[in-house]
Amino acid sequence: MLQTIAEIDLQPVWLSLKLATFTTIFILAAAIPLAWWLHQEGNRSVKGAIGAIATLPLILPPSVLGFYLLLLLGPNGPIGQLNERFDLGSLAFTFEGLMLASFIYSFPFALQPIQNAFQTMSKGQMEAAATLRASPIDRFFTVALPLARPGLLSGATLAFAHTIGEFGVILMIGGNIPGETRVLSIAIYDHVESMEYTQAHILSAGMLIFSFLVLFILNSFHQRRGKYYL
Amino acid sequence: MSTETPEQVKQMEICLQLERQNFHLNAHFHAPMKGVTALFGPSGSGKTTLLRCIAGLEKQTRGHLKIGADYWQDDSLCLPPHRRPVGYVFQKSNLFQHLTVLQNLRYGQKRTAKTQRKIYLNETIALLELENILKCHPDQLSGGQQQRVAIARALLTTPQLLLMDEPLASLDQASKLDIIPYLERLHQELSIPVIYVSHSPDEVTRLADHLVLMDQGSVTAEGEINHILTRNDLPLAHLEEACAVISGKVVKHDSHYHLTYLSIPGGTVAVSYRGFPISDTVRVRILARDVSLALSPGENSSITNVLAVTVISIQTMADPAKSLITLQLGSEQILASITRRSVHKLAISVGTALYAHIKSIALMH
Repeated sequence: MLQTIAEIDLQPVWLSLKLATFTTIFILAAAIPLAWWLHQEGNRSVKGAIGAIATLPLILPPSVLGFYLLLLLGPNGPIGQLNERFDLGSLAFTFEGLMLASFIYSFPFALQPIQNAFQTMSKGQMEAAATLRASPIDRFFTVALPLARPGLLSGATLAFAHTIGEFGVILMIGGNIPGETRVLSIAIYDHVESMEYTQAHILSAGMLIFSFLVLFILNSFHQRRGKYYL
Repeated sequence: MSTETPEQVKQMEICLQLERQNFHLNAHFHAPMKGVTALFGPSGSGKTTLLRCIAGLEKQTRGHLKIGADYWQDDSLCLPPHRRPVGYVFQKSNLFQHLTVLQNLRYGQKRTAKTQRKIYLNETIALLELENILKCHPDQLSGGQQQRVAIARALLTTPQLLLMDEPLASLDQASKLDIIPYLERLHQELSIPVIYVSHSPDEVTRLADHLVLMDQGSVTAEGEINHILTRNDLPLAHLEEACAVISGKVVKHDSHYHLTYLSIPGGTVAVSYRGFPISDTVRVRILARDVSLALSPGENSSITNVLAVTVISIQTMADPAKSLITLQLGSEQILASITRRSVHKLAISVGTALYAHIKSIALMH
């Protein structure tokens, strides 16, 4: 057993963590401004449509998403063709392609809590900031973001955890290339396929503990009185 | 701006419109650039909306707005809220929950140019007695404390105009009584003009110098406080607590009988001793129901304060047994609410010279 642990290939674990970290950073960078924009007054139907598109991956089967991404990114797809023209190579079956897929797939999991945080935030504090000489961008950074911190934390955690646990989309678009697209969930699947239950157990149990810890920490942050003092 | 008279510079001109689905605001008035101007009216009359329009918080506002010498809004210009030098105290304190009291106070101060800061942190903390709560977070404070922090925070931007939207409305009675002295002190110690929204006659008579009455989105009357309070064609004179508010000067103290004598227009009155320095300007309130009328000074009465008055008008009140009498007292007017029977018995008519026996005079500050 100990020998098996020593022999186990940890590369998929690091790859998953790397993928989840980058994906979460990109998602936050996009989801915060989008959630803020959706929260502002303005054209309801345009905002409704964009909000719906961003939320679609939440209800689509991963295989549908993976299939379209494969067509889009593959050598004959529009993005694949574009990449070909600039001699960048196809994105399908690469780490970058995986990142793009994870971004799309995990995006709504971050958008929803961030959007909720902005919506439940009292308008009064933003207005108070305005009468205290803070420009719109100033009050976004000094009032809206700090007040939305619990939502941002939830969004980031969910996006991260969801990317770690992603399987279907990755299988469709990433395949199983060691060091490039062979992430944790794929590795577990592989081990099970080849009847290596011990390895599968170790990775799965690790995943279970990791997921539990993430949710536990998230919950305790939320329940802590004075969640703004972090 | 060289063509303007000093009087125009000392005024604010407010002429603002806002269209909402079921509401139309069209407010037009002038008010002095000093003292407290109260916006008074029933709920839903548009007082808060007007205040928000003045602060620039309602984007759809049309019209023009000139505060002292500066235009904040006209046909071609509309300053966004963060460029208007206002201090705004909201009904709910709206303190930043993620910052301490001190950080809240500094938020606006930091964003005010150093050369424009004329109100300082330490003085403001002392004025509103915040020394012991500076490190607290807003959710650890009582309602009254939160509102005091909010007032201090607004003052620290050195506003040219302080807007207060029923700052006492969300407080219990005890906290209200706790805050009012601070507001009176503000009034006396700072020369910032204030627009104060209220639907409480008591707050208005305590704090306001100038009164703007609003109803259904429009201004129905405006003027110097006592002028509006005593106009018998306006609703205030018909309230149960209808009153006159006039200013007086402290002339002497009587330690034997524990009285303070005040000189008011039309005479001298005695009130329960209050330790104000001689020749201090104070404000007194005389309720209409505390004034009875007689044809003679009546030396045998227990009532101390008897003043010569002349009848200006007589009006029957909602209660047909009662009449509202407007009286000239020196240069001011006061109200008396007496029975209609007494009006006949004393043969009171416009121009009659009478003696007002005043049962109680409240010294406000």
